[in-house]
Amino acid sequence: MSISRIALSTAFAAVMLAACATERIEPPISKGPGLGQPATAAEIALLDIGIAPSGAGLPPGSGDARAGAKVYAAKCQSCHGDKGAGKPADALVGGTGTLASSNAVRTVGSYWPYATTLFDYTRRAMPLTAPRSLSNDEVYAVTAYVLHLNGIISEDHTLNAQTLPAVKMPNRDGFVDYSKVR
Amino acid sequence: MKKSLTKGEGGLRPARGDALVERSDRRSFLTRSAAVTAGLVAGAATAPVVRAAETAATGLPAWSKAPGAPLRAYGMPSKFEEPVKRVVTSGYPTVSPGTGSSLTPLQLLEGTITPNGLHFERHHSGVPDIDPTQHRLVIHGLVKRALSFSPATLSRYPMVSRTHFVECSGNSSRNTGPEPLQVTCGTIHGLLSCSEWTGVPLSLLLDEAGVDPAATWLLAEGADSAAMSRSVPLDKARDDAMIALFQNGERIRPEQGYPMRLLLPGWEGNMNVKWLRQLKLVAEPMHTKDETSKYTDLMPNGKAQQFTFPLGVKSTITRPSFGMTMQGPGLYEISGVAWSGSGRVARVEVSTDSGATWSDARLQGPVLSKSVTRFRLPWEWNGAAATLQSRATDEKGNVQPTRQTWTAAYSAAHRYHNNAIQTWSVKADGSIANVYL
Repeated sequence: MSISRIALSTAFAAVMLAACATERIEPPISKGPGLGQPATAAEIALLDIGIAPSGAGLPPGSGDARAGAKVYAAKCQSCHGDKGAGKPADALVGGTGTLASSNAVRTVGSYWPYATTLFDYTRRAMPLTAPRSLSNDEVYAVTAYVLHLNGIISEDHTLNAQTLPAVKMPNRDGFVDYSKVR
Repeated sequence: MKKSLTKGEGGLRPARGDALVERSDRRSFLTRSAAVTAGLVAGAATAPVVRAAETAATGLPAWSKAPGAPLRAYGMPSKFEEPVKRVVTSGYPTVSPGTGSSLTPLQLLEGTITPNGLHFERHHSGVPDIDPTQHRLVIHGLVKRALSFSPATLSRYPMVSRTHFVECSGNSSRNTGPEPLQVTCGTIHGLLSCSEWTGVPLSLLLDEAGVDPAATWLLAEGADSAAMSRSVPLDKARDDAMIALFQNGERIRPEQGYPMRLLLPGWEGNMNVKWLRQLKLVAEPMHTKDETSKYTDLMPNGKAQQFTFPLGVKSTITRPSFGMTMQGPGLYEISGVAWSGSGRVARVEVSTDSGATWSDARLQGPVLSKSVTRFRLPWEWNGAAATLQSRATDEKGNVQPTRQTWTAAYSAAHRYHNNAIQTWSVKADGSIANVYL
């Protein structure tokens, strides 16, 4: 073997070693076995509880703050305090006008951009110890109560699938979309 | 590392002072001290009584002179490593003790992979006990075919293995208070763990369902009783997202999402939805509770950044760090972890003089994208006070910010995405403190 051929094969080996050292090399997977089963309407309905800001997904039913006060006292107050004051769980009221201060307080009233989120979260996850136990009327009512505590709607304002997404939250324009910033 | 922490072997020694772990640590210290003391006492008692008539084995420890423990079907760490465990906090200990977090003890670990039993936890309503035969992942919404996958079905799909960190975007929030807490590195930065994840590329399943061109996001939701949900851009789902089934070779543990979790490499831990039960293709983000009221980044002007998904480039020295005591002047290794949600770590610099001068640390390979990289730097400690910092740079050129820079960018109330430089102050007496610079 000539000197140049030895040099060449040494160089080739070095390139191969470098390639191995940088990253695992594997072909991309582009094809699966296609084993997914058709999801049934009942299967989807059980899970599909997400509510969009447009109100899409809101169920039938209605409620106002008067009815919601009773729900709140029975199901929410032990964690969220009297009239949403908080402790041990998050405060639900207050903080309006504080976001640009050194003592910003973020609550449903001062921070949340959409009322639909309050309905969605309450229905999916509250009360913490018994989620999905409230009726749709109860969720509408307690949502109305929390919004009323924050001075966003009146005590007799009825929330339903049409009126809830129309509620304008005070901090609706307080967010800057960074989803395209990478 | 673990061995170097035990008394009598030189190097660093842990000290008390982490209020959050004080109770468990105190007990374990007593246990360990007793064991060490017993060993010393036993050695002192046997040494003088060696006689010619005794066998050559006299003086050997008991474990060298009799058969050891039986085989076992699933291994556990040595009982002497009992102090190596997570710090556990719960906001609602009586109502829902599973709602809270536990932190990886970074300062007690080495290398880059987090043992499965020490991976950090963050649960919004405890850990569900899911029967995999009854669990389904449903993909629906803006798709041609709504599909349902069981864990057994997914196990027949081609898989990939990737080593990635998962970090809660609330990690290091303990360093956002007005005064530095005197707690361990893991108690501050331990909502970070790194594993080899194995699972099915999400793009395969999306192709099978046939995504409608109108879909640009998907809602990912867990089967826990919080039904934790986050909106995920479709381009990320198609890029490197995985339905993870295995963690470090074994099935994902219940605390990490058994039987399956969404893995979005480099992005906020909260989005890596555990116990994944549905992906709904939608045209707009859903603005769930966790992407509006939480995990948004309030700025000084009162506006908040929303959907800040990738985690910033970050590092911390894990050794020496708070809770350890320097054992006199001499050669030490500064060791730590670095990571970035945007790619590979390109460089880690270390300063021992409050940032006046910096030295490049050695990066331990392989340096993988969106993964933890271990860095090391030999350090000759002269016994004088020193201030230790590490500063990471990733392959995109992002540089880990100083605490001052990071703090100035956000509201004083902001707690997420803290990737500021960590500072440990080594004092002449060998003690180490968490300080702000």
